[in-house]
Amino acid sequence: MSRIPSTFEALQGKGRKALIPFITAGDPSLAHTVSLMHALVEAGADIIELGVPFSDPMADGPAIQRSSERALRKHTSLRGVLEAVRTFRSKDDATPVVLMGYANPIEAMGVERFAQSAADAGVDGVLVVDYPPEEGSGLSQALKARDIDSIYLLSPTSTESRIREVGRAASGYIYYVSLKGVTGAASLDLDEIARKLPAIKAHTGLPVGVGFGIRDAETARAVGKLSDAVVIGSRLVQEIEDSAPEQAVEKVRALVGGIRRAMDA
Amino acid sequence: MQMYEAGQIYDLPDSKGHFGPYGGVFVAETLMYALDELRREYLRLRDDAEFQREFQYELKHYVGRPSPVYHARRLSEHLGGAQIWLKREDLNHTGAHKINNTIGQSLVARRMGKKRVIAETGAGQHGVASATVAARYGMECVVYMGLEDIKRQASNVYRMKLLGATVVPVESGSRTLKDALNEAMRDWVTNVESTFYIIGTVAGPHPYPMMVRDFNAVVGRELLVQMPEVIGRQPDAVLACVGGGSNAMGVFHPYIAERGVRLIGVEAAGEGLGTGHHAATLCAGRPGVLHGNRTYLLQDEDGQIIETHSISAGLDYPGVGPEHAWLKDSGRAEYVAASDDEALQAFHTLCRMEGIMPALESSHALAHAMKIAPGMRPDQVLLVNLSGRGDKDMHTVANASGITL
Ligand SMILES: Cc1ncc(COP(=O)(O)O)c(C=O)c1O
Repeated sequence: MSRIPSTFEALQGKGRKALIPFITAGDPSLAHTVSLMHALVEAGADIIELGVPFSDPMADGPAIQRSSERALRKHTSLRGVLEAVRTFRSKDDATPVVLMGYANPIEAMGVERFAQSAADAGVDGVLVVDYPPEEGSGLSQALKARDIDSIYLLSPTSTESRIREVGRAASGYIYYVSLKGVTGAASLDLDEIARKLPAIKAHTGLPVGVGFGIRDAETARAVGKLSDAVVIGSRLVQEIEDSAPEQAVEKVRALVGGIRRAMDA
Repeated sequence: MQMYEAGQIYDLPDSKGHFGPYGGVFVAETLMYALDELRREYLRLRDDAEFQREFQYELKHYVGRPSPVYHARRLSEHLGGAQIWLKREDLNHTGAHKINNTIGQSLVARRMGKKRVIAETGAGQHGVASATVAARYGMECVVYMGLEDIKRQASNVYRMKLLGATVVPVESGSRTLKDALNEAMRDWVTNVESTFYIIGTVAGPHPYPMMVRDFNAVVGRELLVQMPEVIGRQPDAVLACVGGGSNAMGVFHPYIAERGVRLIGVEAAGEGLGTGHHAATLCAGRPGVLHGNRTYLLQDEDGQIIETHSISAGLDYPGVGPEHAWLKDSGRAEYVAASDDEALQAFHTLCRMEGIMPALESSHALAHAMKIAPGMRPDQVLLVNLSGRGDKDMHTVANASGITL
């Protein structure tokens, strides 16, 4: 088993919700990424989603697009990202790490080779934005053989039969995309989340994290009341963009700490 | 590699949109429902006589179909080999094959009750064709176009505006067609209930490659009838340029079953395949996943998509329709490349010899025909799909000759 199920169990025991920050690996550099990951954990992150930069991030809004471009200008490769996870693991063997990205860098490495390298590096889950379960089964099998979870997305447009189908393919947790749109978009509909989540939990039997469009502690707190986990990405990535590289770690630590306190209050 | 056997019934894609290992649906979950709905609606309309009648009516009275097939006699004599015939898609309303597809898709959009259409464009031809049908049917139209392409295709940008469309400059990535497609997808995810995305080529997630092919296949079906009328048989080879591959699929598809006819797709070799500055995806790429389907891609060893180069904006795309990937692997079609210089030379030759100014995209197909014709017999026939006219390329051609207009 990966580190993900036990993490959710432990949180449930304490009556807390998981805080899952997302950052793009390699932005502003892979060395910063490792420092950022440790700072995120110190500030109260329960799981880390690490974005693997791709040249054509079709599902991402401007903030994450720009961060991917910055990371690629630093020649961040999937191999480099896995190396960063390995470095992180030398000091932190407890916090689950989920890689989030697009199919092509994984296919370029080869699905089997990627799954093995991810296992060796200490990755716990993989979310491929453009692999719906129909197309992602090859990767899911390779990951499952190595106890790595396949995280899948569900959205406001997912029908009940679709929820069941995704539930059969997914493990670890479900990532519910809280709006129709790209990452970082402004509108978030709490009523919609409240309506949709019970069905998702019932049909998948997995914890549900909600992300896309959570920009502040207030919203994180409100979403946390409805879900098992809160994913916050674009806002952090924006903070990294706005900070000088040497200040990014402290800025992000403060921001995530504030969100953690709001969620636990 | 699977071989395509003679007599085998060709009914690809399968129900999940696969052409062998290619095609499929590689999109984020939010779009799955919309694509499923579109697939169901399109499959229903494909068999709907009233829909097909309306489509045919529009093609005849609005586009001016059938387009003629023309014997380029002086050019053929000049080359001293095979006879070159041109399918005159350049004579269509709006000046390219793109309108066949935009009419088809906007009729689907209307049946689905969508009042807003979006499109991506490279050369601007698909953007113009989309803006045109949006005006024709009274729909709002937003066209995404890379900043680089906006600079190279200024007159098409203005045409779209005259037609009432909003042109949104795309500043991400390489600021060309692939980035415009990303941005259009982002718009679609956000406005999926009100909006129909008119994809301009045989790429994207299922059902787009199939649907766009079907709408463009009118070109090949006309030829199946026209060629026996003019030469008493089918041609020896059909040639078409391949960007995303819609004009080529349009002529190839009805000819797949005609085993004696060679199918030759011509990609953009840019400054040469060895220079790295080209857009010859099938000739020089590797399979991968981009823009919702698995196909050949120009990518680096880490799986990042690389920037392409072609003198023709319409061929400047690092992917290619998945059905072409399948036709290549199966051996049924051949793919070659023509350089910027060869395309320019073909452009000038056709202007001077036939009084026809071809689009730079189409000039690539012509360039390859001019390359192989001299080695063939005068009783052999090369049929070139002249996918569009060159008015839009005047500035590019002038620039290449060191002239500023
Ligand atoms: C005249 C013309 N031909 C060809 C193309 C390339 O597209 P496709 O390969 O989809 O036919 C374009 C694209 O803009 C075009 O304008």
